[in-house]
Amino acid sequence: METKGITLVSHGSFEKNFLEALAKDVQVIFGMPVLVEQFLHDIASYFDPTRKQYDANRLLQLVDSEYASEGFKTMGIFKVDLYIPILTFIFGQAHYRGNAGVASVFRLRNENYGMKGNDRLLFERFRKVIIHELGHTFGLIHCHVPVCVMRPGNYVEDIDQKKHLFCKKCSIELQAALLLNASNSTDQA
Amino acid sequence: MKTTISMLIVDDEESVRDSLYNWFIEDGYDVDCAANAKEALAKVEARNFDIILADIKMPGMDGLEMHRRIKAFNSAAIVIIMTAFASVETAVQALKDGAFDYITKPFDPDDLSHLIRNAARQITLKNENEALKNKIVTLENIEDIVGNSDSMMRVLKEVENVAITASSVIITGESGTGKELIARAIHSNSPRKFFPLVTVHCGALSEDLLESELFGHEKGAFTGAMFNRKGRFEMADGGTIFLDEIATISMKMQIELLRVIETKSFTRVGGNKEIKSDFRIICATNKDLKKMVAEGAFREDLYYRLNVVNIAISPLRDRKEDIPMLVDYFIKKYCTLMSRDVLTINPAALRRLEEYNFPGNVRELENMIERAIVVGNGKEIRLKDLPLEKDVISNSNDSLNELEKKYILQTLNKYDWNISRSARALQIDRVTLYNKIKKHKLKHK
Repeated sequence: METKGITLVSHGSFEKNFLEALAKDVQVIFGMPVLVEQFLHDIASYFDPTRKQYDANRLLQLVDSEYASEGFKTMGIFKVDLYIPILTFIFGQAHYRGNAGVASVFRLRNENYGMKGNDRLLFERFRKVIIHELGHTFGLIHCHVPVCVMRPGNYVEDIDQKKHLFCKKCSIELQAALLLNASNSTDQA
Repeated sequence: MKTTISMLIVDDEESVRDSLYNWFIEDGYDVDCAANAKEALAKVEARNFDIILADIKMPGMDGLEMHRRIKAFNSAAIVIIMTAFASVETAVQALKDGAFDYITKPFDPDDLSHLIRNAARQITLKNENEALKNKIVTLENIEDIVGNSDSMMRVLKEVENVAITASSVIITGESGTGKELIARAIHSNSPRKFFPLVTVHCGALSEDLLESELFGHEKGAFTGAMFNRKGRFEMADGGTIFLDEIATISMKMQIELLRVIETKSFTRVGGNKEIKSDFRIICATNKDLKKMVAEGAFREDLYYRLNVVNIAISPLRDRKEDIPMLVDYFIKKYCTLMSRDVLTINPAALRRLEEYNFPGNVRELENMIERAIVVGNGKEIRLKDLPLEKDVISNSNDSLNELEKKYILQTLNKYDWNISRSARALQIDRVTLYNKIKKHKLKHK
């Protein structure tokens, strides 16, 4: 199925400007329309009281089953602390070569690390996480180029070291993935 | 040479298998899963896995027993034991039996990455050692380093030579010459490439924040510190730390830096545990450090500790033959970024760039091209799109007559030899301009 666009489904009170700027940048990077929608489900049952965090595996399934539509990559974006059973926390995750992903700003905030809040930095970090996870949905794997957005980042400073752009190699792989999508779609038609 | 590392995940919990599968697939590993020891042994018998990540507690056969049997099939496999209990006894037993390491669930993402990178590095080094005998080393991930001048070729050769070593490097060059790019190239071509390259802009760090920034802090070390925070040296464990603008650091920081480089250990703010970090250090400066040492502004012992290899990058004015290639590269880069058709550059504009002195080096050229694409006509970069007008005068030692000739020619080129517009810009009448063109024998090329 050809990817026609990307949908960002936001849970919680993100500022309109924040979401619009995010959508605009994602649109430039992937060269396809980006829609912003509201996440409507109550996620209280996804909260683990022992860990005081939200189960990102189940949230990812929810995004995939309830919000992802044919031909669109869908990212659920949250403000809550996300975990998967095996890891203490995650910034985001996505179905590799799939149609859905989730990401949260929670662990990206300077304030959590005893530093002064910085909205611009928070936006830049989140933009990188979203583009990184979307990259996985298009079949990109982690990259060793230090500034490539596909470089893995396990802490905020690691994310700060890279750019929100794909390196040359990942750009070529992304274009190839998009072309393959398009040609598969033509073949099926 | 084999490049993809294969991995088998063995755990009876489906959510754990799925999470780890996704995590490692995204890291580029060739991943397979098994739900129990029996299934795992069947898979190990059928093919060789590089890394086996196995739960220690599984129904039927535990991870320790499975590990012993795996080693009988494939003694080279790196086995990492996962345990939900921080049991020293089981961990010690696993290590005694030849396990590579163990990790306690749930993992900190960074601990897991670090452990697997260590294993991957061991496998890669082994593979590379075998391949090196016949291999001609070629640099990877140097796409932003553009130029084929002799001086750039020399720098790249030095990068190639030094990348595979663990030596400290000082990169020198004027602002904007691309010192950070060279640091990245060294890291990306070293065996440390699986680990982070951590950049610290020393000039931007105040001494107050320095301790926490470089050494990290423990949760609760001060108000607002909700989580532990790793410092830059800890983040660089296994990888490379790049200290930009090293000449700006204070004497106090120089002492601290020397101590950390010598001991490769430190403690986090609010903590008492000594933390070890295996980092390689690369520094950059636009200052003459040797002169600073002579003046007493930079510690001599630190200088010699850092200056094992020195890579000097020439300013752009000394490698002007690289300008056309750089221009072409930046045009493509920014047109792609701005989703525009790729432009060309007008020959007069390119010629003017080649004449220019570029005090801000490659960074200045890059900014110029980006700006020219934004303000230009969308087809080609013209002379008037480049912010170079004042340069004729500011960088000239010419006579008044020569200066007049150059300024008139620049104005004519800027307005595509439209006499009326050029005359207006020069604040002279058209007849005077024609006379000046005749006097200076100017021609429209």
